[in-house]
Amino acid sequence: MNSAFQAALKATLPPQSLLIEAEALRPYECDGLSAYRQVPLAVCLPETLEQAQAVLRICLEHQVPVVARGAGTGLSGGALPLADGVVLSLARFNRILGIDADNRLARVQPGVRNLAISEAVAAYGLYYAPDPSSQIACSIGGNVAENSGGVHCLKYGLTVHNLLALKVLTMDGELLEIGAQSLDSPGYDLLALMTGSEGLLGVVVEVTVKLLVKPERAQVLLAAFASVETAGAAVAAIIGAGILPAGLEMMDNLSIRAAEDFVHAGYPVDAAAILLCELDGANAEVSEQIMAVREVLFSAGATEVRTAQDEAQRMKFWAGRKGAFPAVGRISPDYYCMDGTIPRQHLAQVLRRIGELSEQYGLRVANVFHAGDGNLHPLILFDANQPGEMKKAEDFGTDILRLCVEVGGTVTGEHGIGVEKLDAACSQFTAAELAQFHAIKAAFDPAGLLNPGKAVPTLHRCAEMGRMHIQGGALPFPELPRF
Amino acid sequence: MTTESVLINRVRQAIADSTPLCIQGGASKSFYGRTCQGEPLDVSGHAGDIRYEPSELVLTARAGTKLSEIETLLAANNQMLPFEPPHYSPGATLGGMVAAGLSGPRRPWGGSVRDAVLGVKLLNGRGEVLRLGGQVMKNVAGYDLSRLMVGALGTLGVLLEVSVKVLPRPADERTLVFELDDDIAAARQIAWGRQPLPLSATLYEAGRLYVRLSGSAQGVQAARVAMGGEETASALWAEVREQTLPLFQTKQALWRVSLPAAAPAMPGENLTEWGGALRWIVSDEPAESIRQHAAALGGHATLFRGHDGMGEVFHPLPPAMLALHQRVKLALDPHSLFNPGRLYQGL
Repeated sequence: MNSAFQAALKATLPPQSLLIEAEALRPYECDGLSAYRQVPLAVCLPETLEQAQAVLRICLEHQVPVVARGAGTGLSGGALPLADGVVLSLARFNRILGIDADNRLARVQPGVRNLAISEAVAAYGLYYAPDPSSQIACSIGGNVAENSGGVHCLKYGLTVHNLLALKVLTMDGELLEIGAQSLDSPGYDLLALMTGSEGLLGVVVEVTVKLLVKPERAQVLLAAFASVETAGAAVAAIIGAGILPAGLEMMDNLSIRAAEDFVHAGYPVDAAAILLCELDGANAEVSEQIMAVREVLFSAGATEVRTAQDEAQRMKFWAGRKGAFPAVGRISPDYYCMDGTIPRQHLAQVLRRIGELSEQYGLRVANVFHAGDGNLHPLILFDANQPGEMKKAEDFGTDILRLCVEVGGTVTGEHGIGVEKLDAACSQFTAAELAQFHAIKAAFDPAGLLNPGKAVPTLHRCAEMGRMHIQGGALPFPELPRF
Repeated sequence: MTTESVLINRVRQAIADSTPLCIQGGASKSFYGRTCQGEPLDVSGHAGDIRYEPSELVLTARAGTKLSEIETLLAANNQMLPFEPPHYSPGATLGGMVAAGLSGPRRPWGGSVRDAVLGVKLLNGRGEVLRLGGQVMKNVAGYDLSRLMVGALGTLGVLLEVSVKVLPRPADERTLVFELDDDIAAARQIAWGRQPLPLSATLYEAGRLYVRLSGSAQGVQAARVAMGGEETASALWAEVREQTLPLFQTKQALWRVSLPAAAPAMPGENLTEWGGALRWIVSDEPAESIRQHAAALGGHATLFRGHDGMGEVFHPLPPAMLALHQRVKLALDPHSLFNPGRLYQGL
């Protein structure tokens, strides 16, 4: 590390806020996607806004890239450090600044954990809706960066639908206030643009979240099906009946068995697929909808429908779904989680094709699916210790994501592009679209120092990979030289 | 030649001639915002091609498609646009709805236009056609530029196509009315806002608080019993959404003030919607004082009607934010072709 740069950081940060020893840096070498690892130049853990501003200004002056980091639970390598860069950890920005129950909002620092918000406001009968599976650990700042989802998105939306305002530092240390405590704010909707920008546009230093009133009651139904197709049709039938479930999840047989072995949720292990359908609202409304959904499920061909008898059983039904990833982790040395979203009408076709690809690659797949909103999580099972298997799993995954794009979907529904899906993003966007994204990045961060190389692939990379999106038969990237 | 290629050619010609363009759909919201200086670009002919599968809860159509056509189609399938957009005149289009970004009475509970937009096909200021966002509910690939178009008043590009999330219509809907003084009405709304009630609209004007409940028949009935009040006709919600109530017919300045729902009253409030989060004020007070007051309460004020289109309509931005807006504008529209000055002077 350049000594002037190191001296400037040392002069700005208290000793406990600057890590430069190899041993201290090691825990920061990866995020939730541990297949990618890189030790950074330094880790800064500012405790005040002024310190965070100073770190950014020093990095700008020395042209050192900055990777902002929350809890490091991201699944796409968005917080993967750069060898020549600094990690700016917001872990010490961990205070809840204010709860305004009458306006149903909370002002929190970015390092506050997602679940901690709901816990802090529970006494007011309120909660924060987005519930990514990592909610006990993930930070709200990271949720903003990734536009995190969860199992209740169909009814309650993603992070972007549950924010009111942000305070953001630009690379030159300027503090911007985006959004407001009112329901709209003047000018462009930069709140939407910042959300899901994966740390490339600014560093979030304060978040104002929208809180919802806790529903009077939540109830869950579990339905078993003899085929994935009938389960898919049942999802369409529920929505066609005018019912908007709070959660609507599907698991295939391999996931059901893995989850059952792991948490003993009482799942029907012979079913080809199960649906979990959660209904919430006023007591009377939930009672009415449970009856309606039971009827729809049976007429759609469910072989069995169970209603959780009490809160303990409801939690048990969910435990199986929420534990699906670790459950699959128990039956395979490694797994690779995909995150494509498709229009639901193509579900049967996509799952059939994933099954064919599974045979072709000789790798098993467990399908877990946010059925209500079309977000698929196929888990590709492999063994990294077998030569070539990781590569095979990656190629398989890329084929799945390409398939999602072909049927009108996207390569990532809630995990982000990060470093992991840069190549997959090439198949989703044209050269003009990627160039537009880079122009937006430059409008916020002209020096290109905030999390460079993540989220949006370079035109060059897409051309080299030969995985570009061809539109209307036109030759892709005609402006780029070929060698 | 397709209507899309006509628009592409017009924009490319405008780049060559350095001619600014004023994008116009149904002209139903031309009163909203500042006056645009440039050649008209009529996009109302780029209409139709509706793709709609009710069980997907997604509708995609060309931006010139009439809002009335879309809402009729949705209603036939027992679905709706969750944000209840105002039309203001029969010509209102899907693209204009996105550009204006205005939501109706259901907004605090059903979400905004921006919440429902899933993707757009955009013609940018380089004459390129971009697909931003998509047709699925969950999509975090690329920057969210489709939602950035909402409320941008056409200053960032020409909308060619829009995909929106739609929702089932509630099985039951009822309107209640209460005779209450303003301070009690405000307190009542705050209290209701903290309970799990199926609210979907509120309106307070001249001593009467109207509340709409939406949901399943039994859910609405239970709330109706718990809340009290008298049942009344539901035509009111269309009248406030379309601003056909007498208050909105004023020739004076009409201010739209957006505040945190529980904020105290502004001086001279005439009508309150959105559980307190939207206040309408007819006033000849200087703009400066109304804006300052709104800002002090944590919100902002828009000069909605009754202005000459030359001064600032929207709440002024701090210098650093305005500079960022200008850079964002140039990233999408590098020749400053689209709707110059419509949102802010110099943008």
